[in-house]
Amino acid sequence: MLEETATDLRRSVIETVSHAGSGHIAGPLGMADIFSALYFHALKHNPKRPNWPLRDRLVLSNGHICPIQYAALAHAGYFPKKELMTLRQLGTRLQGHPHRGALPGVETTSGPLGSGLSQACGMALAARLDGARHRVYCLMSDGEHQEGNVWEAAMFAARHRLSSLTAIIDRNNIQIDGMTEDVMPLESLRAKYESFNWHVLEIDGHNIEQFVDALHEARAIYERPTAIIAHTIPGKGVDFMEFDYHWHSKPFKPGEAAKAIAELRTLKKTIVSEHE
Amino acid sequence: MSLTPSSKLIGTLFQPDTLAMKPTRDGYGTGLVEAGQADANVVALCADLAESTRSDGFATAFPSRFFECGVAEQNMACVAAGLAVAGKIPFIASYAAFSPGRNWEQIRTTIAYNDANVKVMGHHAGISVGPDGATHQMTEDIALMRAMPNMTVVVPCDAEEARKAVRAAAHAVGPWYIRFAREKSPVFTSFATPFVPGKAQIFWEAHKPQVALIACGTTVYACLEAARLLEREGIASTVVNCHTVKPLDDRKIGEVLRKCGAAVTAEEHQVIGGLGGAVAELAARTCPVPIEFVGMQGSFGESGTPGELMAKYGMDAVAVARAAKKALSRK
Repeated sequence: MLEETATDLRRSVIETVSHAGSGHIAGPLGMADIFSALYFHALKHNPKRPNWPLRDRLVLSNGHICPIQYAALAHAGYFPKKELMTLRQLGTRLQGHPHRGALPGVETTSGPLGSGLSQACGMALAARLDGARHRVYCLMSDGEHQEGNVWEAAMFAARHRLSSLTAIIDRNNIQIDGMTEDVMPLESLRAKYESFNWHVLEIDGHNIEQFVDALHEARAIYERPTAIIAHTIPGKGVDFMEFDYHWHSKPFKPGEAAKAIAELRTLKKTIVSEHE
Repeated sequence: MSLTPSSKLIGTLFQPDTLAMKPTRDGYGTGLVEAGQADANVVALCADLAESTRSDGFATAFPSRFFECGVAEQNMACVAAGLAVAGKIPFIASYAAFSPGRNWEQIRTTIAYNDANVKVMGHHAGISVGPDGATHQMTEDIALMRAMPNMTVVVPCDAEEARKAVRAAAHAVGPWYIRFAREKSPVFTSFATPFVPGKAQIFWEAHKPQVALIACGTTVYACLEAARLLEREGIASTVVNCHTVKPLDDRKIGEVLRKCGAAVTAEEHQVIGGLGGAVAELAARTCPVPIEFVGMQGSFGESGTPGELMAKYGMDAVAVARAAKKALSRK
């Protein structure tokens, strides 16, 4: 079940980031449900053939949440799960921010914000030239919409009618220096994308059914890219981390990781019992 | 005359009135269409400067493979990165002041570090841009691109070499930067002049040369003129067309430095970080000899005609000859 898988991914994120001693935590936990839905349901992909030409492309524009992508890739079978513990260490394939070529399943290098959507546009253009039918998904943070590059790409995608492109925006309202609406307001994000001639959907980013429905709707839209604004809770699943922007990239103190994992265990039991 | 037999230069080289005058950007236009014909994966992108960068010929020949990006160089670089990781060979063109000037980080992360097969075409480089003034006269781009891992940097000396460089870029795998000039300059190389990326060419070599004139871009012609001026004064020189600034042809340049014992570098670029910097780094490592640097001496340009500017900022044949004598005096 996808919710259970999401909880497993969250556990991997906490274990790997705490083991690494640094790295981002709130964003990865908040996006776990969406990653579970993508890698274990929605994406057309083959972990045994990471370069399969017909695969859907997933561009992680907000590269700093890579711990959740690494967890999803490992759990899906792209590489051994035990390798997750090498995150951020010398010689690792799991670089602090994702690097194309280092690890199977990583489509492009990212980290500096605002440039993923443009790259996704390039991939969608190439697919059109080749007559290929795969889709391109670009995962973005809300904070990165403060980068001008994003809006250049938003204009470009609409101008070139890139309907195979779907942007999935993690609207968790936090960034390093505080709440997005205090640091540099983004609202109305929906109205902005609509005025850029995108099809826009807003969903609860922890409701997997809503997310999967939105992906379906995006496929149905003619000659327009779709933006799915996913409202998420940063740090989701761990009570003392939820909604606290300090956990954007704060390292764990001794004992905190274990406490977080214990909370996840309770969460998982709840999920299982709800479905019994 | 001490032209080297392998150079295959135009016979009337030193009668400028007889030479075709073309900007090196024309070579981009021609080379790009040829590359497009040779390989269906070649695509071109432009940021609202299709005519000026000579991307328009490709746009007409292959409309479905040309992408207009509008005035948005950051997006253009990243779209190209996406196209490249999907197997295309994108050429992105704008003025060098904006690409790589404005989108340097995007080029660094999504093209160079990402090892995406994107060709960055920097137009209107140098001060010969003329009346548009310093905002549009890019004189720091070689330094910006040379410091970047994975990036090949090529500066063609005339429109014909520019055409060959574009063909070579399309053929090579990996990120390239090619630098073009706006203003017309003599086309003195021929169809038969060899162009091998990474291999510096000796165009002129006098008997027992005392000083090497090492240049890239349109200043190569100024160096040939300077070699003739020096010859009249009994100074024997070697002229090297160092079209590939990175990777530098260490073997050939090292050999020339050792043989001559003194050198001048010439480029339409800041003397910091460009070809001069590359040659000085090599000299410091292998054979320290006196070197004089012809180029922008740490200032921005200004409006003026290309000829006025090249004279005022000391990048013409007279300036190269003067620098050669200074280097010789320090031997």
